Amino acid sequence: MLDFSLDARRGSFQLQLECAFATDWTVIFGPSGAGKSTLLRLLAGLDDPVHGRIALDGRALTETAIRLRVPPGRRQTSLVSQQPALFPHLTAAANVAYGLSGLNREARTRRVDEMLELVGATHLAALCPQDLSGGQAQRVALARALAPSPRLLLLDEPFSALDGVASDALLARLQSWLRENKVQTVVATHDATDALATSAEVLLLRDGRRVALGPAVEVLAPERGRLLVRLQMSKST
Amino acid sequence: MDWQAFALSLRLASVTTAILLAIAVPLAALIVLGRGRWLAAVEALATLPMVLPPTVLGFFLLVLLGPRTAFGRGIAAVLGHPLAFSFDGLVVGSVIYSLPFAVQPLVAGFSSVDTALVDAARLLGAGPVRLVSSILIPLARRSLLAAIVLSFLHTVGEFGVVLMLGGDIPGATRTLSIVLYDQVESFDYAAADHTALLLLGLSVLALALIYSKTRNRGAGRA
Repeated sequence: MLDFSLDARRGSFQLQLECAFATDWTVIFGPSGAGKSTLLRLLAGLDDPVHGRIALDGRALTETAIRLRVPPGRRQTSLVSQQPALFPHLTAAANVAYGLSGLNREARTRRVDEMLELVGATHLAALCPQDLSGGQAQRVALARALAPSPRLLLLDEPFSALDGVASDALLARLQSWLRENKVQTVVATHDATDALATSAEVLLLRDGRRVALGPAVEVLAPERGRLLVRLQMSKST
Repeated sequence: MDWQAFALSLRLASVTTAILLAIAVPLAALIVLGRGRWLAAVEALATLPMVLPPTVLGFFLLVLLGPRTAFGRGIAAVLGHPLAFSFDGLVVGSVIYSLPFAVQPLVAGFSSVDTALVDAARLLGAGPVRLVSSILIPLARRSLLAAIVLSFLHTVGEFGVVLMLGGDIPGATRTLSIVLYDQVESFDYAAADHTALLLLGLSVLALALIYSKTRNRGAGRA
């Protein structure tokens, strides 16, 4: 379980939020500028709140009152952003292996193969990031994030470069693997179809504030009308 | 040609460059990756020798390392000889004088690395040492090369600090720049020509090395 109470500022933007995510898969839904990426960076420990607390399974990761801040690499948390941020001087396999420095060579190779297979990128292992398409790079970034066995996976619009069919197939495979490995996942998206695609808990975020938190069908009910219009428009073009 | 001075200049520049790299890489990484207002003061301090007249810096170091100060006397007691007017003293002076020429290119190079890559490495458990060695240095190779060449050339060509701090002792502190000065002082322009050409040749050679590496890399990408 992930619970947090945060007061954070980025320039003139302020995020004030108190939530507890109890389910395995939570979607943060909101328009651009709502604070989704800011929230994910705070949860990952890449940015610090002014005040607040973040706890994962009861273990405090950030607690400003006692100046506690577990460094990003020790939070058992992985983050995949819209921009895959693959290390350009390393092959796809070496990128995936980067977070596995604690394993011996054989175990590392096995884990890299396993992760690349999971995301359907085995054939990309020897390629460098500049030779990958946007979708391929996102798959490798996902494999890299999963390789160190995180307890919490944060996804910031991670399937934006994949086409619908590829995205759906990957999502199904990924969700099954995450459930099996008990990885709690938080996905940020501004696309209602992504949010509705899973029977997830949804946090509706606007201007850095919580608007609603609950089952997708309830929270996104007001969005359904807009979504239908968009679907009809895309069919007619 | 004073080959002894030539060898001494190369030795001084090599030792200085090696020490500078050991200092400048972590310092530049701290300036780029660190948090806190005091880092601006650290960067300003590392840049100070660039704007300070070399003779002034040489004079300060001469006083500091000389027998008039407790620090200078302490160093002399530890080493068995004073640092002023010795090769070791020249190394200390050169390291301080050339520090900005090593730090500045590295700060520029490290700053140009996408912060998303740094964040990704940190999330994957990279500590400061691994972050610098596996991400910043490989992605800022040109800046590292520039820092090495600039530090080396700047030390080979330095004059004010060397004269103030080291004097003109053959085999110990007489570098090529001092030899050139001596030759001009004694109106030996033919010898001065050779010395100046040698210094110029070294500079051209080093710059050609930097630009050829840069060009090769650019051509490789195209």
